Amino acid sequence: MADKIKFAFLLAGGCAGCEMALVDLSENLLDALEHIEVVFWAPTVADVKYKDLEAMADKSIDLAFVDGMVRLSEHEHMVRVLRAKSKILVAFGACASLGGIPGMANIHTNDELFKQAYKDTFSTENPDGVYPQPQYFLDGKYDLTLPAFQDKVRTIQDLVEVDYYVGGCPPHHSFVAKAVEAIVTGNLPPKGSWLTSGKAVCDVCKRNPANEELERLPVETVKRTVDGMPEEKGCLLQHGFVCLGPITQGDCGASCLNVNMPCRGCGGPIPGIKDYGARAVSAIGSILGSEAATDSLLEKFPVLSKLVYRYSLPASRLKSNVR
Amino acid sequence: MDFSPNIVGFACQWCTYAGADLAGNLRCKYPPTIKLIRVPCSGRVEPEYVLEALSRGADGVFVGGCHFGDCHYKEGNYKTDRRMKMIKKIVQEFGYEPERFRWEWISGAEGKKFAEVMTEYTEELRKLGPNPVKEGGK
Ligand code: SF4
Ligand code: SF4
Ligand code: SF4
Repeated sequence: MADKIKFAFLLAGGCAGCEMALVDLSENLLDALEHIEVVFWAPTVADVKYKDLEAMADKSIDLAFVDGMVRLSEHEHMVRVLRAKSKILVAFGACASLGGIPGMANIHTNDELFKQAYKDTFSTENPDGVYPQPQYFLDGKYDLTLPAFQDKVRTIQDLVEVDYYVGGCPPHHSFVAKAVEAIVTGNLPPKGSWLTSGKAVCDVCKRNPANEELERLPVETVKRTVDGMPEEKGCLLQHGFVCLGPITQGDCGASCLNVNMPCRGCGGPIPGIKDYGARAVSAIGSILGSEAATDSLLEKFPVLSKLVYRYSLPASRLKSNVR
Repeated sequence: MDFSPNIVGFACQWCTYAGADLAGNLRCKYPPTIKLIRVPCSGRVEPEYVLEALSRGADGVFVGGCHFGDCHYKEGNYKTDRRMKMIKKIVQEFGYEPERFRWEWISGAEGKKFAEVMTEYTEELRKLGPNPVKEGGK
């Protein structure tokens, strides 16, 4: 038996849901742990400090996962350090690989974001209008330096080379098992690939019209999920609920469709797509049946980017230019 | 200021590209600002191409196709119209001037219209100035 795989896990700007997905492997994770030695898992699980990671030799970690996007100077620093220490770096989950839900912030200015978060929200009481700041002098004696809020949400590959990508918000556990197995057995695709089945959500969706040899018809009425309950059967897209299943990787087994929700794209783009949102526009544009349907879509989704780039805005070819 | 915009254009081979040819034959004058790429149908222009061109610093992107009812493939231009409306919205939400992206229906007989549109679009972009991507913006 070869040496154990030295493994690291860094939570950057994420919610820790991706880490829960790994823990959800339960028995599978225990099997995997026989082959794995955890050398770093911060700030959530292991009691290892950032300086411990900084002290490790370059390329001494065999496999590192990052979940979450990059928003703070701290995230940026740690992602760069982890890259230097690791042989294989995996962007794990929608935030790390595409920017994720927090990435939608990129079409707002930092002022707008701070105002919303630290002033306008109904549960906030902040009469002095105090906002986070990277330097603070406390009690007249402590000079504190805190992580700085950067201009934009960035993905891991915006900063460093990424070896593999895993989609999902969070990644589905059955799929995580496959990815972990591929890594443990060394049965890996070329660098830069997504560790996925390569199948679209539609491919595994039981609502797919192709299963009943039905043709897809143009959509005349666009609906939001708040407009009513979707029918139990039939393609949601066909019923007018914008579903991004045609262009999304289906390693989740069409989870959302199984509970009557349209796919919003957390699995990431199927192979061959450079820009998720642009391709979503292409797919939606092909199925809309009229000018009126297009206009009603634009009316129902007043911020279109947040529909088509819900999980991938920072990964768009066109970087947002909001000042 | 002597700014000459760089326009990336996609033109359907049946209509707008033929229209550009005719503009040449008629010796219509228009500024040399557009780099025209011939495509089989305007419906073939993926929204990804438009974003790619803008992200690489094109000052404007133009898509030209046949008038409604004239598409060689029957409904390609309807799809173009629906997609491009959405893309324009996105370009704007990302913080770019919506004028950086434009589409027009120009037939093979409308050489003069092609030249006029190019002249007008160039003027519009000249007023707007360079694509902010080029000024070290992101
Ligand atoms: S991808 Fe989803 S689950 Fe993972 S860190 Fe981001 S928000 Fe959390
Ligand atoms: S568009 Fe959505 S509902 Fe329809 S088949 Fe694809 S995944 Fe299923
Ligand atoms: S159906 Fe789409 S949004 Fe839902 S889990 Fe699967 S990939 Fe994610």
